[in-house]
Amino acid sequence: MQIYLPIAEVSVNAFLLLGLGGMVGILSGMFGVGGGFLMTPLLFFIGIPPAVAVATEANQIVASSFSGVLAHFRRKTVDLRMGTVLLTGGLIGAALGVVVFNYLKSLGQVDLLVTLCYVVFLGVVGGLMFIESVNALRKSRKGTAGPAKRRQRGWVHSMPFKMRFRTSGLYISVIPPMLVGLCVGVLSAIMGVGGGFIMVPAMIYLLGMPTKVVVGTSLFQIIFVTAFTTMLHATTNYTVDIVLAVLLLVGGVIGAQIGTVIGARMPAEQLRVLLAALVLVVCGKLALDLLLEPSELYSLGRDGGH
Amino acid sequence: MLKRLIALLALCCTPALAVEEQVVLGLSQDRVAITANFDGSEILIFGAIKREAPIPPGPPLEVIVAVAGPSSPVTVRRKERKLGIWVNTDSVLVDLAPSFYAVATSAPLEAILSGTEDLRYRISIERAIRSVGAAMHIRGAQNFADAVVRIREDEGLYSIRENTVAVDEQTLFRTSIAMPADLTEGDYVARIYLTRGKMVVSQFETTIDVRKVGLERFLYNMSRQQPVWYGLMSLVIAIAAGWSASTAFRLLREK
Repeated sequence: MQIYLPIAEVSVNAFLLLGLGGMVGILSGMFGVGGGFLMTPLLFFIGIPPAVAVATEANQIVASSFSGVLAHFRRKTVDLRMGTVLLTGGLIGAALGVVVFNYLKSLGQVDLLVTLCYVVFLGVVGGLMFIESVNALRKSRKGTAGPAKRRQRGWVHSMPFKMRFRTSGLYISVIPPMLVGLCVGVLSAIMGVGGGFIMVPAMIYLLGMPTKVVVGTSLFQIIFVTAFTTMLHATTNYTVDIVLAVLLLVGGVIGAQIGTVIGARMPAEQLRVLLAALVLVVCGKLALDLLLEPSELYSLGRDGGH
Repeated sequence: MLKRLIALLALCCTPALAVEEQVVLGLSQDRVAITANFDGSEILIFGAIKREAPIPPGPPLEVIVAVAGPSSPVTVRRKERKLGIWVNTDSVLVDLAPSFYAVATSAPLEAILSGTEDLRYRISIERAIRSVGAAMHIRGAQNFADAVVRIREDEGLYSIRENTVAVDEQTLFRTSIAMPADLTEGDYVARIYLTRGKMVVSQFETTIDVRKVGLERFLYNMSRQQPVWYGLMSLVIAIAAGWSASTAFRLLREK
């Protein structure tokens, strides 16, 4: 069934969109990532204009994360206090990110820089996570779950403005989580993603939060940051396509529910290996696009748009 | 040179050929409504040729129908390998390129239209897009204009369909133009040219109104005129859908 999208001005198959939403939704629920880093490139691939894909994706992430976070609230795996601190940083970051994005746009190289951002961040995060989690898997098999968290104690614990995060069982300064939120906010505005794939590892390895709490808390932060991004796009670029968003989220919301159930049943270490592998695959694909000669060297852009 | 001379000669002969032949046109629809399930549209273009005098002798009458979407400037970028990766380097602004362009003819275009006439009336795809402002310092500026044609032909937005206009008794003609699902809004101009011996003897122009209607119209207008409310509405709908699907799923599992 073909459907005409009023803002994107293209006609696409409704079932294709539902399917894409569902697939990405499952991953979103399993790993606590918004799924934007997968969905945004997929939308480019099926012919949605990049500006519309990025803005609409932000809107869709709000919905899929919302149903995900509800499931986590019920299981009491959301650290509200930590979420709020991350969010404060995130909103400032998103506003900064939009400024940076518009500056890059004026230079005419925004596509390249977005792709480079993806390759660098996905590569580094995916690589680190993969090594760490494979090591953790080995250790847990030998039955010696080592005190790996000890290493970070040094600098994270020597900063001022300490706060007690009961749900996470932490007593640390608010500066590191605030900075994590800020960085993720900047990146989410530039790359058109929720930023979970960066925040989740940062929360585990930098802040030392327990994995079970990380997913719910990152979803909580993502909802508000992406809602803010959606509003920015809707009011400045007019690129939020509600029809596209609704189709993606119907599939996505159902997928996220299934994903949350799968995620709760799988051991945390295996979950991390899988997420790392997924991140590396997407990174590899994007890197290949940059390295291999494209079949069409020319590209069209509407004047003024990007 | 010789070609030019012949063309010039032909130009001089035109008045003799220019008998009063006029197009009387009919369209199956003069407006295209883009609805939510819009899946392309086919427009039947038909007509007759009105004459005061008998059909003139000489080469037969041929018909060319060209439908063009609204034109807008297009920035064309070319990728080059820099430091091992492919990046956009040069860019050229093509001043005007129609969003949609289809030409239907009653015979191969080259056989019924001379180069000078094409240049004058901008009928073939190459002539329909304009890139006067192409910067001369960029190597192969023409390649950029060609790229626009190539990319849009691949997308099905530009097409030339020869031998698809049926002409009966040099008087009646009809053709159908298929418009793809990915249409942009605006006034589409349908031009009909009658040619004899590669020269245009008569032309006719009409517009086809392509508009979004219903829900599509409402959403589009709202996103432009009340962006804040549109954004809030999008968020509310998204959250409501997220919440209700989540609740439904939970109830389903608890059963």
